[in-house]
Parts: sequence; C-alpha cells; structure tokens
Amino acid sequence: MRLVSKLNLLIAIAFTGATANSFAVDLTVSAASSLTNAFHDIARSYEAQHAGTKVLLNFGASGALLQQIAKGAPVDVFASADEATMDEAQRQGIVSRKERNDIAGNALVVIVPPHATYSVRRISDLTQGAIKRVAIGNADSVPAGRYAKQALESAGLWSAISSKSITTQNVRQSLDYVARGEVDAGFVYATDAAVRKSEVEIACDVPVTTPIRYPAATVLTSHNQNASRRFIEYLMSPAAQAIFARYGFRPAK
Amino acid sequence: MDWTAVTLSLKVAGCATVLDLIAGIAVGYLLARGRFPGRAVLDSFLTLPMVLPPTVIGYYLLVLFGQRGWVGSWLHQRFDINLIFTWQGAVIAAAVVAFPLVFKPARAAFEGVDSQFEQAARVLGISELAVFLRVTLPLAWRGILAGALLAFARAIGEFGATLMVAGSIPGKTQTLSIAVYEAVQAGQDQLASTLVIITSLVSVAVLLAAGQVASPRSVHKR
Repeated sequence: MRLVSKLNLLIAIAFTGATANSFAVDLTVSAASSLTNAFHDIARSYEAQHAGTKVLLNFGASGALLQQIAKGAPVDVFASADEATMDEAQRQGIVSRKERNDIAGNALVVIVPPHATYSVRRISDLTQGAIKRVAIGNADSVPAGRYAKQALESAGLWSAISSKSITTQNVRQSLDYVARGEVDAGFVYATDAAVRKSEVEIACDVPVTTPIRYPAATVLTSHNQNASRRFIEYLMSPAAQAIFARYGFRPAK
Repeated sequence: MDWTAVTLSLKVAGCATVLDLIAGIAVGYLLARGRFPGRAVLDSFLTLPMVLPPTVIGYYLLVLFGQRGWVGSWLHQRFDINLIFTWQGAVIAAAVVAFPLVFKPARAAFEGVDSQFEQAARVLGISELAVFLRVTLPLAWRGILAGALLAFARAIGEFGATLMVAGSIPGKTQTLSIAVYEAVQAGQDQLASTLVIITSLVSVAVLLAAGQVASPRSVHKR
C-alpha cells in the first residue's frame, strides 16, 4: 500500500515535471485571414488553460502562408481556408494526411457598402453597369478568391466580372475595400461580413462548387509536435467550437 | 514573359519623377532662399515620407484620396476623377514617397550656388526670372538631377503605399514590385526570379547614372 502511494507520488511529480516542460513552448500558428478574430479568442482561452504555452498567431492568405512554410518558416500549426491549399501542403510533404482535421466551415457571400443604390440578389446581378468594381481575392493564393472564381465560372459569369475585379491579397482586404466604399461589391466569407456589420451589407449568398472547410494540421518540421497536436485537438473541442460558432462559423461536418 | 509590369513601373516612376522634379525645384528653392517662420517645420514635414513606414503613407493617401476622403470625394464630384486603383494613384504614391529625395538635394544645390553670379547677372540688367532660369538653375542642376535619378530608382522600388492605394490589377496597376510579391505568394518562383533580376538591373543602371551625374569628374568631361 505504501509502495503504491509512493509510486503515485512519483508519477504525479514526474507528470507535473513533464507537463511543465512540454507546455513551456511558443507555438507558432499560421492561419487563414478569415480566422483572425476567432483564433485570437481561441488562443487566449488556450493559453489560459495551458500555463507556459504562448500561441503566436500569423495571419495571411492561405496560399501565401503555405509558401512561407515551404520556404522554411518555423511554423507549428497550419490552418488554411480550403482543402485545396492543404492538399498542396500534403503533396509537398509539409503536413501528413493523418495529422489533418477539419476544424470549421463557412459560407461565401457578396457584400456591398451600406446604402448602395443598386441591389444584388444573386451573383449574376454583379454584371449590371452600376457596379464598376468588385473586390475578389487573388485566386492563385487566396481561397476566398478561388471559391468566388469557381462559382462565377460555373455560372458562366467569370469573363464579365473579372474585367471589373480588383484583386486583393487576402479576404480581409476585400472586406476593407467594401467597407471604405472603394469598390461596389466584394466576395468575402459570411464571418468576415459579420466582423464589420455596420460598415458592410450582405447582399446574397454565393453558391459555391466545393464546400468551404478549414483544415488544420501539424507541420511535420515542427519541434513541438505534441503541443501542436494538443492545440489542434483543442480547436475541435466544444470550447473552441463555441467560439467559432459565436463568430458565425459553421461546424466542419 | 509579360513585360507590362516592367513598362508600367517605368511609366509610373517616370511620371512620379517629373512631378517630384517640378515640385522639388520649387520647394527646394523656397527652403534655400526663403526666410519665413516654420521653415524648419516644413522641411521636416516634407521629409516625413522618407522615415514613415509605407503603410502609414498608404493609409494617409487612402483616407485623403479615397471615395470618401477629403480630396478624393471632391475630385470625384467635381471632375469625376478617381485615383484609387488607377495607375495615376500609383504615381501619387510613388511621388510622395520619393519626394524628399528630390527636394533635399535641390535645397542643398541652391544653397551651394554662389550668390555673386546672381548679383552679377542682376547688375547686367536681366529679370529675376531670367536670373533663376539662366544662372541659378543651371548652377544647381547637377545636384537636382542626381536627386531626381535617386527618386526614380526609389519610385521603381515603391511597394507598400502603392499596393494600398492602387491595388494589384495586372496590366493596370500591377508594378514590378507588386508582381514579384504576387508571384512569391502564389509560389511562382521562376516568374519571381525573372522579375527580381529585371528590377535589380534597372535599379543598378539608374544608380550608376545617378553616380555619373553626381561625381565631380563629369564636369571636366563636358
């Protein structure tokens, strides 16, 4: 009996030591721009529960983040706004399939500045003359741009709209241009529009050809594999999912 | 290989340099010869683009020249001119950022002109404008030109403010530096390498020219 309690004590000490050690890390997370607000909150609540861990957030267009990692940026966790970018990461051996989890879903919408004189009920309305500029993310690096391009192509509208498109470097830049009234409409996620509710209006939903999902994965070169995995598990926990829901993200499945 | 980014960069930098040259000569002369309160403050204010981050300049320009900006809304209503997302907007951004490189050397060049020559010209009875155009400006020209060439090189390299104000529209506002950025973001390394080499070559050529103009030896050659 005494031996068991001693063993228990030993295990407890060892475990505390081990956890203290493995938790004392800086976790670098590269995440899609549209995750900005939700990830800030999630990182804060994660840090509160895991003393010693600091979550360093790096936001940008998913494609641009992938390029940074491919060129050797020391990133632990990668979260992209589409499966295509993560597929590419997997193809380049940056992440492995079994470390990959969908953490949230989203919807693509067309937004317009408030008090716009024109109305956009469906994406084909974007061809009207009153709309001279449409902000769309660069389809080569911005998932929101790629979803928009695919939707416009399948509706046969791409050539008409691309001539008035203002190419942006990430989805939040599209949001900002609409909010400032510099463009007449823009393609963003429903969650982006919700961030600046008073400055932009959702005009219509965009029928996307591939469902919008956010996969997250541990980067294989990360020196903090365990901490990274724990963070991704946390992203799928009810606590984190509640934060996603608060910002208007949809469940991944 | 698509050369539109190269020609656009040269066009934008050229226009920005011409604007800067005109304004730089006027401001440089004013600061060199004028005696008025707030001279030092004006000089510091106009030097700001050299020290402020390009994002700050870009933000100022966006707020000022945007659809709802003070200048932008006026231009829009009065003349139906829109600078945001146009190559003219890129010219404004490049001109503002490169301006200190023109007016600073211009000021120094005007200050270095020996006033005895100007006095002599006045004694010979030519007008003040003629004194400036035929005596002061030619004597200061070398310093001004060297500054203008540096401004041209800086304008070619302008990125941050341009991206914020003019965006990145291929063939319209996508300059060399922005094309490089987009190529890197999209993982098109070969295109990025080509554009980077072109940018470097153009910049070296301009700097060499600026060095030629600025070096005292070029005077003896003439």
